[in-house]
Amino acid sequence: MSANRVSYTFDSTLETVNSAEEAASRIAAEAGFGDEEVTRIAMAVREAAVNAVLHGNAYDPRKKVTLAFERTPGDLVITIRDQGKGLDISKIPDPLAPDNLLKTSGRGIFIIRSFMDEVEIHPSQAGTEIKLIKHVHGSPAGGKEASQ
Amino acid sequence: MTMKSSTRQIDGVTVVDLSGRITLGEGSVILRETVRDLLSKGNKKILLNLGEVNYIDSSGIGELVSAFTTVRNQGGDLKLLNLTKKVHDLLQITKLYTVFDVKDDEAGAVKSFH
Repeated sequence: MSANRVSYTFDSTLETVNSAEEAASRIAAEAGFGDEEVTRIAMAVREAAVNAVLHGNAYDPRKKVTLAFERTPGDLVITIRDQGKGLDISKIPDPLAPDNLLKTSGRGIFIIRSFMDEVEIHPSQAGTEIKLIKHVHGSPAGGKEASQ
Repeated sequence: MTMKSSTRQIDGVTVVDLSGRITLGEGSVILRETVRDLLSKGNKKILLNLGEVNYIDSSGIGELVSAFTTVRNQGGDLKLLNLTKKVHDLLQITKLYTVFDVKDDEAGAVKSFH
Protein backbone atom coordinates (compact mmCIF):
# COMPACT_ATOMS: atom_id res chain seq x y z
CA MET A 1 0.00 0.00 0.00
CA SER A 2 1.24 3.47 -0.84
CA ALA A 3 2.06 5.75 2.08
CA ASN A 4 -0.45 8.17 0.61
CA ARG A 5 -3.27 5.65 0.72
CA VAL A 6 -5.05 4.23 3.73
CA SER A 7 -8.13 2.03 3.78
CA TYR A 8 -10.52 0.69 6.37
CA THR A 9 -13.11 -2.08 6.42
CA PHE A 10 -16.15 -1.53 8.62
CA ASP A 11 -19.21 -3.49 9.70
CA SER A 12 -22.62 -2.24 8.60
CA THR A 13 -23.45 -0.43 11.82
CA LEU A 14 -24.19 3.06 13.03
CA GLU A 15 -20.78 3.13 14.71
CA THR A 16 -19.25 2.87 11.25
CA VAL A 17 -20.82 6.17 10.27
CA ASN A 18 -19.15 7.93 13.19
CA SER A 19 -15.85 6.13 12.60
CA ALA A 20 -15.84 7.11 8.92
CA GLU A 21 -16.56 10.72 9.80
CA GLU A 22 -13.78 10.80 12.39
CA ALA A 23 -11.26 9.25 10.01
CA ALA A 24 -12.20 11.74 7.30
CA SER A 25 -11.87 14.66 9.69
CA ARG A 26 -8.43 13.55 10.83
CA ILE A 27 -7.08 12.79 7.37
CA ALA A 28 -8.46 15.98 5.82
CA ALA A 29 -6.82 18.01 8.58
CA GLU A 30 -3.52 16.18 8.02
CA ALA A 31 -3.85 16.97 4.30
CA GLY A 32 -3.83 20.65 5.18
CA PHE A 33 -7.47 21.63 4.69
CA GLY A 34 -8.87 24.43 6.84
CA ASP A 35 -11.44 23.87 9.58
CA GLU A 36 -14.46 24.65 7.40
CA GLU A 37 -13.30 22.39 4.58
CA VAL A 38 -12.47 19.63 7.06
CA THR A 39 -16.02 19.82 8.41
CA ARG A 40 -17.48 19.68 4.90
CA ILE A 41 -15.32 16.75 3.82
CA ALA A 42 -16.14 14.86 7.02
CA MET A 43 -19.86 15.52 6.56
CA ALA A 44 -19.73 14.31 2.94
CA VAL A 45 -18.03 11.12 4.08
CA ARG A 46 -20.57 10.72 6.87
CA GLU A 47 -23.44 11.01 4.39
CA ALA A 48 -21.80 8.51 2.04
CA ALA A 49 -21.27 6.12 4.96
CA VAL A 50 -24.93 6.50 5.97
CA ASN A 51 -25.95 5.56 2.44
CA ALA A 52 -23.61 2.56 2.45
CA VAL A 53 -24.71 1.23 5.84
CA LEU A 54 -28.45 1.96 5.63
CA HIS A 55 -29.42 1.95 1.99
CA GLY A 56 -26.63 -0.17 0.53
CA ASN A 57 -25.94 -2.91 3.04
CA ALA A 58 -29.17 -2.40 4.99
CA TYR A 59 -27.37 -3.17 8.28
CA ASP A 60 -26.61 -6.70 6.99
CA PRO A 61 -23.91 -8.07 9.36
CA ARG A 62 -22.46 -10.18 6.51
CA LYS A 63 -21.80 -7.11 4.38
CA LYS A 64 -18.93 -4.69 4.85
CA VAL A 65 -18.24 -1.07 4.05
CA THR A 66 -14.79 -0.16 2.77
CA LEU A 67 -13.43 3.34 3.02
CA ALA A 68 -10.21 4.47 1.36
CA PHE A 69 -8.36 7.78 1.42
CA GLU A 70 -5.73 8.62 -1.16
CA ARG A 71 -3.65 11.77 -1.26
CA THR A 72 -2.47 12.70 -4.74
CA PRO A 73 -0.41 15.83 -5.45
CA GLY A 74 -3.54 17.83 -6.19
CA ASP A 75 -6.42 16.01 -4.56
CA LEU A 76 -7.77 14.13 -1.60
CA VAL A 77 -9.64 11.17 -3.10
CA ILE A 78 -12.06 9.26 -0.86
CA THR A 79 -13.76 6.06 -1.95
CA ILE A 80 -16.66 4.42 -0.08
CA ARG A 81 -17.90 1.05 -1.26
CA ASP A 82 -20.79 -1.09 -0.03
CA GLN A 83 -22.00 -4.57 -0.92
CA GLY A 84 -25.64 -3.75 -1.50
CA LYS A 85 -27.87 -4.01 -4.56
CA GLY A 86 -26.48 -0.90 -6.22
CA LEU A 87 -27.88 2.59 -5.92
CA ASP A 88 -30.38 3.55 -8.63
CA ILE A 89 -29.17 7.05 -9.45
CA SER A 90 -32.29 7.79 -11.50
CA LYS A 91 -34.41 7.46 -8.35
CA ILE A 92 -32.52 10.09 -6.39
CA PRO A 93 -34.96 13.00 -6.06
CA ASP A 94 -34.03 16.65 -6.36
CA PRO A 95 -34.34 17.80 -2.73
CA LEU A 96 -34.62 21.43 -3.84
CA ALA A 97 -37.75 20.83 -5.93
CA PRO A 98 -40.71 22.57 -4.28
CA ASP A 99 -42.58 19.28 -3.87
CA ASN A 100 -39.58 17.73 -2.11
CA LEU A 101 -38.57 20.56 0.23
CA LEU A 102 -40.56 19.17 3.15
CA LYS A 103 -39.54 15.56 2.64
CA THR A 104 -37.76 14.07 5.61
CA SER A 105 -35.09 12.24 3.60
CA GLY A 106 -33.25 12.34 0.28
CA ARG A 107 -30.69 15.08 0.97
CA GLY A 108 -27.56 12.96 1.50
CA ILE A 109 -26.26 12.83 -2.08
CA PHE A 110 -27.12 16.50 -2.54
CA ILE A 111 -25.05 17.46 0.51
CA ILE A 112 -22.17 15.31 -0.72
CA ARG A 113 -22.24 17.03 -4.13
CA SER A 114 -22.45 20.45 -2.46
CA PHE A 115 -19.42 19.88 -0.26
CA MET A 116 -17.04 18.06 -2.60
CA ASP A 117 -15.42 19.24 -5.84
CA GLU A 118 -16.13 16.06 -7.79
CA VAL A 119 -18.41 13.12 -7.04
CA GLU A 120 -18.58 9.89 -9.01
CA ILE A 121 -21.19 7.24 -8.27
CA HIS A 122 -20.64 3.78 -9.68
CA PRO A 123 -23.49 1.39 -8.89
CA SER A 124 -23.28 -2.29 -9.81
CA GLN A 125 -24.90 -5.54 -8.79
CA ALA A 126 -22.01 -6.05 -6.39
CA GLY A 127 -22.68 -2.79 -4.61
CA THR A 128 -22.16 0.93 -4.97
CA GLU A 129 -18.85 2.76 -5.08
CA ILE A 130 -18.87 6.48 -4.51
CA LYS A 131 -15.74 8.51 -5.11
CA LEU A 132 -15.38 11.92 -3.47
CA ILE A 133 -12.67 14.30 -4.64
CA LYS A 134 -11.53 17.50 -2.99
CA HIS A 135 -8.89 19.63 -4.64
CA VAL A 136 -6.03 20.73 -2.43
CA HIS A 137 -6.18 24.46 -3.08
CA GLY A 138 -2.93 26.32 -2.82
CA SER A 139 -0.84 23.18 -2.84
CA PRO A 140 2.52 23.90 -4.45
CA ALA A 141 2.28 20.46 -6.01
CA GLY A 142 -0.73 21.76 -7.82
CA GLY A 143 -4.47 21.64 -7.35
CA LYS A 144 -6.20 22.71 -10.55
CA GLU A 145 -6.90 26.20 -9.26
CA ALA A 146 -3.45 26.57 -7.74
CA SER A 147 -1.70 25.72 -10.98
CA GLN A 148 -3.50 28.34 -13.04
CA MET B 1 -21.01 13.51 20.59
CA THR B 2 -24.48 13.18 22.09
CA MET B 3 -27.35 15.62 22.13
CA LYS B 4 -29.07 17.06 25.19
CA SER B 5 -32.52 18.57 25.37
CA SER B 6 -34.27 20.61 28.07
CA THR B 7 -37.49 22.61 27.98
CA ARG B 8 -38.79 25.75 29.64
CA GLN B 9 -42.03 27.69 29.36
CA ILE B 10 -42.23 31.40 28.51
CA ASP B 11 -45.64 33.05 28.01
CA GLY B 12 -47.25 29.90 26.67
CA VAL B 13 -44.32 29.08 24.40
CA THR B 14 -42.16 26.03 25.02
CA VAL B 15 -38.51 26.79 24.46
CA VAL B 16 -36.50 23.65 23.78
CA ASP B 17 -32.80 24.16 24.44
CA LEU B 18 -30.83 21.66 22.38
CA SER B 19 -27.10 21.09 22.53
CA GLY B 20 -24.69 18.77 20.78
CA ARG B 21 -25.25 16.99 17.47
CA ILE B 22 -28.53 16.23 15.72
CA THR B 23 -27.46 13.24 13.68
CA LEU B 24 -28.67 9.83 12.65
CA GLY B 25 -29.32 7.79 15.77
CA GLU B 26 -29.54 9.21 19.24
CA GLY B 27 -29.67 12.92 18.40
CA SER B 28 -32.51 12.55 15.93
CA VAL B 29 -34.42 10.26 18.29
CA ILE B 30 -34.14 12.72 21.20
CA LEU B 31 -35.51 15.54 19.06
CA ARG B 32 -38.37 13.38 17.77
CA GLU B 33 -39.36 12.18 21.25
CA THR B 34 -39.11 15.66 22.74
CA VAL B 35 -41.48 17.14 20.16
CA ARG B 36 -43.82 14.17 20.38
CA ASP B 37 -43.95 14.50 24.17
CA LEU B 38 -44.68 18.23 23.99
CA LEU B 39 -47.52 17.72 21.51
CA SER B 40 -49.04 14.96 23.63
CA LYS B 41 -49.22 17.44 26.51
CA GLY B 42 -50.86 20.08 24.34
CA ASN B 43 -47.77 22.27 23.96
CA LYS B 44 -48.05 23.36 20.34
CA LYS B 45 -46.02 26.56 20.33
CA ILE B 46 -42.47 25.30 20.14
CA LEU B 47 -39.27 27.31 19.81
CA LEU B 48 -36.21 25.15 19.14
CA ASN B 49 -33.12 26.89 20.47
CA LEU B 50 -30.26 25.53 18.35
CA GLY B 51 -27.63 27.90 19.75
CA GLU B 52 -25.60 25.03 21.18
CA VAL B 53 -26.12 22.65 18.26
CA ASN B 54 -22.78 22.54 16.53
CA TYR B 55 -23.50 19.84 13.99
CA ILE B 56 -26.42 18.45 12.06
CA ASP B 57 -26.50 15.89 9.25
CA SER B 58 -29.11 15.04 6.62
CA SER B 59 -30.94 12.82 9.09
CA GLY B 60 -31.04 15.69 11.57
CA ILE B 61 -32.37 18.00 8.88
CA GLY B 62 -35.03 15.42 8.11
CA GLU B 63 -35.94 15.31 11.78
CA LEU B 64 -36.29 19.10 11.91
CA VAL B 65 -38.56 18.99 8.86
CA SER B 66 -40.58 16.17 10.41
CA ALA B 67 -40.98 18.11 13.65
CA PHE B 68 -42.02 21.22 11.73
CA THR B 69 -44.69 19.46 9.66
CA THR B 70 -45.96 17.39 12.58
CA VAL B 71 -46.48 20.46 14.75
CA ARG B 72 -48.08 22.41 11.90
CA ASN B 73 -50.41 19.51 11.10
CA GLN B 74 -51.65 19.62 14.70
CA GLY B 75 -52.44 23.31 14.47
CA GLY B 76 -49.30 24.48 16.22
CA ASP B 77 -46.18 26.29 15.17
CA LEU B 78 -42.47 25.46 15.41
CA LYS B 79 -39.74 28.05 14.98
CA LEU B 80 -35.96 27.95 15.14
CA LEU B 81 -33.78 30.18 17.32
CA ASN B 82 -30.07 31.03 17.36
CA LEU B 83 -28.69 29.02 14.47
CA THR B 84 -24.96 28.37 14.52
CA LYS B 85 -23.09 29.14 11.31
CA LYS B 86 -22.83 25.48 10.35
CA VAL B 87 -26.54 24.87 10.78
CA HIS B 88 -27.41 28.16 9.09
CA ASP B 89 -25.25 27.29 6.07
CA LEU B 90 -26.77 23.83 5.78
CA LEU B 91 -30.32 25.20 5.88
CA GLN B 92 -29.34 27.74 3.20
CA ILE B 93 -27.85 25.08 0.94
CA THR B 94 -30.93 22.87 1.28
CA LYS B 95 -33.28 25.84 0.73
CA LEU B 96 -34.92 25.22 4.09
CA TYR B 97 -33.88 28.54 5.59
CA THR B 98 -36.93 30.19 4.03
CA VAL B 99 -39.23 27.31 4.97
CA PHE B 100 -38.52 27.59 8.68
CA ASP B 101 -39.28 30.73 10.64
CA VAL B 102 -35.78 31.48 11.95
CA LYS B 103 -35.25 33.92 14.83
CA ASP B 104 -32.16 35.29 16.54
CA ASP B 105 -33.77 37.02 19.52
CA GLU B 106 -35.56 34.90 22.11
CA ALA B 107 -37.92 37.56 23.46
CA GLY B 108 -38.94 38.59 19.96
CA ALA B 109 -39.33 34.98 18.94
CA VAL B 110 -41.67 34.27 21.88
CA LYS B 111 -43.77 37.35 21.03
CA SER B 112 -44.06 36.25 17.40
CA PHE B 113 -46.14 33.24 18.47
CA HIS B 114 -48.94 35.53 19.74
